[in-house]
Amino acid sequence: MTAEQIIFLIVALVTLGSAFMVVTTRNLIHAAFWLVATLFGVAVVYALLNAGFLAVVQVVVYIGAIAILFIFAVMLTRKDARDQGPQTNKTWWIGALLAVGAFFGLVSLVLGWGGSSKAAAGIPSGFDAVGLLGEALTSPNAYVLPFEVASVLLLAALVGAVYVAFNRK
Amino acid sequence: MIPLSWYLILSAGLFSIGLFGVLTRRNAVAILLGVELMLNSVNVNLAAFWRYGDVNQMAGQVFAIVVFAVAAAEVAVGLALVISVYRKRNTVIADEIDLMKW
Repeated sequence: MTAEQIIFLIVALVTLGSAFMVVTTRNLIHAAFWLVATLFGVAVVYALLNAGFLAVVQVVVYIGAIAILFIFAVMLTRKDARDQGPQTNKTWWIGALLAVGAFFGLVSLVLGWGGSSKAAAGIPSGFDAVGLLGEALTSPNAYVLPFEVASVLLLAALVGAVYVAFNRK
Repeated sequence: MIPLSWYLILSAGLFSIGLFGVLTRRNAVAILLGVELMLNSVNVNLAAFWRYGDVNQMAGQVFAIVVFAVAAAEVAVGLALVISVYRKRNTVIADEIDLMKW
């Protein structure tokens, strides 16, 4: 086992363990903090994949914005966060069965596919991933249209969110 | 070297845990937390396929960024709806939000 593999296994265990805590903790504030740990683990996975820009965006957008938004939402709906009743619905075992089935189905699919055991090709020296990504996002020959559609979607969603949550009184 | 299957299995585990959260939690905010886990697992897949394919083709990272934007939009609208429902009906338990249930 190389050092890279050991680091990956530790990060994967931390990520999956905190993800499990997200869906099982009773206290929602704690669940939101476990989500921060999970998102940080995923950011480290991006760094292991040489996708540095994605790792930075993960920390800034997910941990800096989305997780904080969740914490605010939990605080604004605090009465139910302290709810003493069960946190899972009555048919939770069907959900658990489906989730386990989905996991083993996906794993058997991955292991049955021949290309999944190959190692990554080396990154060429002087490779500028961020520069290439910026060109791909703005070049008309590449992905400028999906990028602009995503920005319009984000704008529409934020305007809609303000409209929905606005207190007309 | 880490084989591609390790990343795919990590992503499958994250997706299944998120699916479990979405299917079983009663609190609407907790359901959105599960959706976030599922979106993250998709992004791990996209980044892994970018790295293990042709690194000069940036499609994987571009679509990961589109997924980031969609996740932010989804959380903003979802939490706005939850807060709006909480104001009107004083609950965020998904079972009790049954106005449109026939």
